[in-house]
Formats: sequence, structure tokens, C-alpha cells
Amino acid sequence: MIVCVAHNIISPLGVTSAENYAAVESGRSALKRYDGLWGLPEPFVASLLDRDVYTDDRYTIDERIVIDSISRALKETTIDVTSSKVLFIISTTKGNVFLLDKRETGFPQERVRLGMMAREITKHFGNPNEPIVVSNACISGVCAQIEAMRYLESGDYDYVIVCGVDVQSAFIVSGFQSFKALSPEDCKPFDANRQGLNLGDAAATIIYTRKNKVDDYEWVAYRGAIRNDANHISGPSRTGEGSYRALKVALGGLNSDELAFINAHGTATSYNDEMESIAIERAGLASVPVNSLKGYYGHTMGAAGVLETIISMQAVDDHNILGTRGFDTLGVTHPIDVSNQNRATEKRAFIKLLSGFGGCNAALLMTKGGQR
Amino acid sequence: MMKHSVIITPEHVVVDGNPLMHSEKGSALLTELYRNNIGDYPKFFKMDTLSKLGFIASELLLNTEGNRSFEPREDRAVILFNRNASLQADTAYQATIQNPENFFPSPAAFVYTLPNIVTGEIAIRNKYFGETSFIVIDDYDEKIIMENLRNAFQDPMTTSIIGGWVDCSDEEHFEAKIFLMEK
Repeated sequence: MIVCVAHNIISPLGVTSAENYAAVESGRSALKRYDGLWGLPEPFVASLLDRDVYTDDRYTIDERIVIDSISRALKETTIDVTSSKVLFIISTTKGNVFLLDKRETGFPQERVRLGMMAREITKHFGNPNEPIVVSNACISGVCAQIEAMRYLESGDYDYVIVCGVDVQSAFIVSGFQSFKALSPEDCKPFDANRQGLNLGDAAATIIYTRKNKVDDYEWVAYRGAIRNDANHISGPSRTGEGSYRALKVALGGLNSDELAFINAHGTATSYNDEMESIAIERAGLASVPVNSLKGYYGHTMGAAGVLETIISMQAVDDHNILGTRGFDTLGVTHPIDVSNQNRATEKRAFIKLLSGFGGCNAALLMTKGGQR
Repeated sequence: MMKHSVIITPEHVVVDGNPLMHSEKGSALLTELYRNNIGDYPKFFKMDTLSKLGFIASELLLNTEGNRSFEPREDRAVILFNRNASLQADTAYQATIQNPENFFPSPAAFVYTLPNIVTGEIAIRNKYFGETSFIVIDDYDEKIIMENLRNAFQDPMTTSIIGGWVDCSDEEHFEAKIFLMEK
């Protein structure tokens, strides 16, 4: 089985997984309104890291927070990262894209290439393997974990270090603004008055290994799947085709009664949340509680799948179904179970669900302990 | 098992080891290949260079199978690799926001600033509900690509993969080396 041995989150809500979980559990959010930032003509609401804290001559902010996040996760382990049996997988959508701005002169242009950025990371840690960068739009963070599971299953590696990262810039914010996808206020996932998404900065790391015997407290990446809508490159399927199919495969033979919750993508765009409600109902999961973490972090893009998996593992450890901040009245046509309050659970499994541009969707079943 | 292959560079097109005749080069070559071999998919003209390249390469590849049915299927994955991610589209989008005096971010340009869009274009064309994925490595490395694709057969439904390398740094510089792989 593929077991999580350590994790970390660097976000505006904290620099450890525990700090981040405590903040979310108490309802804190890092979403703020920014007016005139980066010369953008329109204001926006986002969850941003303090750029001054992460200023560095050697590393870009993306690289800096990846290195910090991986270092902190590694501290909980005795892993020798210089071994060829350790593989690094980076999940990102835009990496150092801000370097394309002609006014940016602090770093070599080649670092805009995701593979070069990833090599800076492995060079820092002295790892000899070529790093793999998963760049599969907003589902990258779950795809990277599925890749990790496969590499470990194949027996070629002993440990896989998965780190998801994205840092916001004029490039990304203006792009989402041009799509009219951003909410002018804090986002409201699955709500009747949702107006769009917020963006966020984060890096999040999970280290996985393969074990034959799993302890009761350990987390297992049990089964994952990636499926396409085959419908449209920038709009989700009206039948939730890809998400439904990914959910079905990830669930496999598991009884839906065993699920504490589905941690949905829940970006708070009109189309995404509606699509997820359709997919969840089609998959026979309408009775399973659904939550979204976007009201705490915004959409952290390449980090989202990793960050939200870590917060969800800690929630199950804490017997808690986290409330969906920003939610008030159900505003999707299929009746799913969303609440803005934390709720108790004794269940030991959850599904992380994501969808993204390019029609891609991913679902990952995480289970606690070895009895299954 | 590898079944069919297609190579496209700005100067050459090779299908299953045999050169395909053409008269154009660079971006004009992609348009020529579209007109000679496809012709009924006008969405092609909206695509960025990476998607055009991957789309054309996948069409030539799938034509080698014969009897294209376009029946929906979930057992075929599309898993592509490259070096430059969506650099050509990124550069084009950056140009729409570079000048504060002339700031007109384009949604049509922004949507292509993700390298996996090409895998979505191929899935849409062929009604593939299976896995689609995009991976970036800084140098072409057949060992890494083949190891990754073999792993992809761990999915319980995947029996066939359109896989390989699809890279472009700008409209005139590109390389596709893709193949059809069966479990």
C-alpha cells in the first residue's frame, strides 16, 4: 500500500500542516481585497503570501516556498534525499511565469521552464533523479499523487516527494479576470449567490512510500483516477462526465457509507459547482457530506490537490467534516449535502475531487489504517 | 507494445517510418497537413501551436489504425510530455498585458496557457473519456517517458495510450514524436 509518511503546507495561514489545519478549523481565511496590486486595473480578492518574507536572490518565490515546504516535511523523516531511490514530483500550472514580464530581470529567463525550476529544487536537495513536473491544469495536485502511487507500485523508487505550488501574478489574475471567473468578494462555494473564484498562493508537500503493513493511524493513498469530459477545453461537462467517471473508478468497491466526506473542487464558479453536484449524484454519493476549502485559501491551482488532501487527512484525524466557508444556501440543482459548520464524523476515508481546463477531472480515495 | 508512430518537425513528417510528402515548412506545414489530411475540423484554426501540433500528429497517428469510428471510449489515455510547457501561448498572452497603455488580456489566448489543453483537444475530437495527462521534463528522455507510460497501465481501465513528446518554443519551432501503445 502507498502510505503518507510526512506532509507540510506553506500558505498565508501558516508554515506547518498543523498551523494550517488549526486556522481552517477555527474558520480563519486569508482572503483579502487587493486594489491596484501589480498595476492591475481591476481590484481582486485573493489569498497571498507576504512577498517580502520570501524575497531571495537565489530562488524565485515559487522555488523558495517549495524548498521550505519540502525541507519542513523531510524534518519529520530520516529519508536520504540524495538517494536515487527518491523521486521528486512537482505539481504546478504556471511555475515562474512572472519571469516572462519584460520588467522582471532578477532571474535567468530559462527558469520560466518548469523543468528548469524543478531542477533548481532537486539540485538544492542533492537528488540525482530528473524531476517530473505534472502540469495538468487545476487537477495537477491529485495527478501528481497518482503518479507517485504508480512510481512506488512499480517498485522503482522507495520514496516519492510530491510538492504542489503556484504563486499568483499579474499573468494569472488578469487571465482569470478576462474570463470573468473571479468573484469581487470572498468566494461562496456551492452557494446560490456564488459569483466566481478567488486565487491563492501556496506550496504543499506529501511524502509517500510503499508498505506491506499499515498502522491504524497511517494514511493510505488507496486509489485514484483521471478522466476527461471530452466536451470543451474551458467549460465543464453538463453531465459531469469526467468527474463522474473518475469518482466511479476511485470509489471502486468501497461502500459510500465509509466516506467521511467528499472534499470537492468547489471553486464557486457557477459551472464548476453545478457540474460537481451532477457528478456526485450520478456516482450515487448524494448522501455523502461535501465540502470545499476555497473560502479559506482561494484556488491554489497546482498546490490545491496536495494542500486540500493534507487538510482533509487532518480533519478526519480530528473526527471533523470541515465547514465550507462562504456557503449559505444550496445553489446547485442536484441535492448534495453542504454545510458552513464543522460537523463530527467517525469515518476514516474521504475522496479528493478536482476538475480543470482541458476537460480533465481527477478523484483520489484516501483511507486511514490498513483494514480494507 | 508500440503499434504506430508519427514524427513532425518544421521540415519533416514521418508516419510509421515512412516520410510523408509536403511542400511547406514551419507553421505553414501544420496548416498544409491539416488541409491535406483532415480538413473538416475548423476548431484547428483557433488552437495555439502546441495544440495544432499535437492535434495533427494524433490525427495522422489515428489514421494509421484505419476505420476511425469516433465511438466514445474510456480505455484509451492521452499522456504527453514536453520541455517548454505552453511557452508559445504564454508569450502570446503576456504580450496582451505587457503594456499598461494597451492592456487587453485575451480570454481566447489565456485558455491555451496550459500545456494539457492539447490532451483535451485530442480527447474532444475522438470522444475519449479516459485519462489525459501532461508532464514536463527539461530534456527529451525516452527512458523517463516509457517508464511513466508503462506505469499508466496501472489504471484499471486503460488498455491503450496515445503517448510521447509534443513540444514547441514558438510558432516556427516544434517537434512531435508520438505513438500508439497497447497494454
